[in-house]
Amino acid sequence: MHSLKINGSSPTLSTEKIDVRYVAKLARLALTDDEVERFGAQLGDLLEHVDALAKLDVSHVAATAQVVESRNVEREDVVRPSLDRETVLDGAPKRQGVFFRVPRIIAE
Amino acid sequence: MSIIERSAAQIARDVNARTASAREVTDAVLAHVAAIDGEVGSYLTVLNDRAREVAADVDARVAAGESLPLAGVPLAVKDNMCLRGTRTTAGSKILEHWQAPYTATAVQRLLDSGCVPIGKANMDEFAMGSSCENSALGVTKNPYDLTRVPGGSSGGSAASVAAFEAAIGMGSDTGGSIREPAAFCNLVGFKPTYGRVSRYGLIAFASSLDQIGPLTRTVQDAALAYDAMGGYDPMDSTSIDRPFEPTASALRTDLRGVKVGIVREFAAGALGEAIDAVYKKAYADLEALGAELVEVGLPTAEYGLATYYLIAPAECSSNLARFDGVRYGLRVDAPDVHDMYEKTRAAGFGPEVKRRILIGTYALSSGYYDAYYVRAQKARTLIARDFNLAFEKCDLIAAPAASSPAFQFNSKSDPYSMYLMDYYTIPMSLAGLPALSVPCGWVTPPGGDRPMPMGLQLTAPIFAEKALLSAAHAYEQATKHASKHRPAIDGVAGHV
Repeated sequence: MHSLKINGSSPTLSTEKIDVRYVAKLARLALTDDEVERFGAQLGDLLEHVDALAKLDVSHVAATAQVVESRNVEREDVVRPSLDRETVLDGAPKRQGVFFRVPRIIAE
Repeated sequence: MSIIERSAAQIARDVNARTASAREVTDAVLAHVAAIDGEVGSYLTVLNDRAREVAADVDARVAAGESLPLAGVPLAVKDNMCLRGTRTTAGSKILEHWQAPYTATAVQRLLDSGCVPIGKANMDEFAMGSSCENSALGVTKNPYDLTRVPGGSSGGSAASVAAFEAAIGMGSDTGGSIREPAAFCNLVGFKPTYGRVSRYGLIAFASSLDQIGPLTRTVQDAALAYDAMGGYDPMDSTSIDRPFEPTASALRTDLRGVKVGIVREFAAGALGEAIDAVYKKAYADLEALGAELVEVGLPTAEYGLATYYLIAPAECSSNLARFDGVRYGLRVDAPDVHDMYEKTRAAGFGPEVKRRILIGTYALSSGYYDAYYVRAQKARTLIARDFNLAFEKCDLIAAPAASSPAFQFNSKSDPYSMYLMDYYTIPMSLAGLPALSVPCGWVTPPGGDRPMPMGLQLTAPIFAEKALLSAAHAYEQATKHASKHRPAIDGVAGHV
């Protein structure tokens, strides 16, 4: 039987509770109080499972950068046909002329 | 056999030979979709006019003497792939009304090969899910039992092919999103090597894992679709620039000389007696076809799920940052730009997407990056190394494609219980390997009254697509599990 349930006494990577509001701020995501509570519990539960990774000895292992050998891709710096500007701008929620229109960014 | 139930290979033969027209096939499929899709729910958008236009064009090309490998074949396009001028939603409210301004390379290549796009198929929002229940825009049912899910995230594509609403369904697979719905819907679902099929025009979820592939009713159709969509594309910098070996013309019917690895850690006993018996029989059938079974170890595979649920959310939190109400999709107005971002994303994303953005943002945030993200990328190295060692002893690995047959709606309310569905498919994704699911038997789930299909997962070393499809073809031709039961759509209101 493979171990689908992770042993509760396994070493943990982090025992802190996630500050969901702070993380949501970083992610630019407004949450309701109900979501903060629900997601907080669910994310805590997931992190307990993820903490199983602490059992793996990775001290002499390189982090994966790519799974299939690849290389940097370059091309000549020449103008090529691209998407039609009008079509792209028409997909935006708000536009003004050739710009995407957004609410005020700099305070008065 | 009714024209809509024919394989892609057969339809292409008929249309090229002009014993059927693409228009005739398309009209029959569109009529069938109109009759049953209200109940099955495969499609978010049905492309009636576009399909007829493309079919007329295919007929004109054939009449002019062209021979097209997929002439007139009805195609379902997962709704995270761009098709110019059609709504492309990724199953999300945030893109509910967005029109794609260009066509994805993989889609274009299938159209160039003669496919006719029937519609855009439902999916879990941004491909995050294993049941299609996370779609914000529609419900898709399993054609073999309408009280059960079709699997996910490519659930709409799977349901459409199973219900004869298409012959080829395009899916994308990040941790099992082609293979699991294929297993649930009695189909072949094929995820090629990472980088073999261009992702240009695929809405990104986790870029180091995402790969496009076909869902079909036969292995030969999967091979034909892969041959058409695969190969280098300068528009995707992760697309692999090395010669592409076509597969469809080289499918074998025996497994003599093939060593098949059976994974020690996935040994019998894990999934219950009835399901274990299906896999035991499947491995015995491989042996009967001439394969030599060898035991292999994947000791780190049990860490796959934990590794995946750090890497995939981390990448998604980064990829989905682009949905901010500025360039496309939904915007919720607010006087301040930061407010606008936060409110737009709150209104546009569903709960599973929010959970993954949060976990990914957390795993990448200052102070946690090394403990979570970097550690997961190191675990990923170990998982890939295990596969390399296993492939020193075997040519292919056989394993289950999913932990159970299709389950009922609303039966996985705890997010982690849903994640467990992909226990057997995630390790292969982390290692970038080509893998597929092929029908391997039927099980009547506890409390169910209909037999449901199961899938055998075969995995090969990177770039060994030909050997993989070839072995799957031999197994399929010898066992013919897929044709043992019909989908439960014959009694659906309006079905003709």
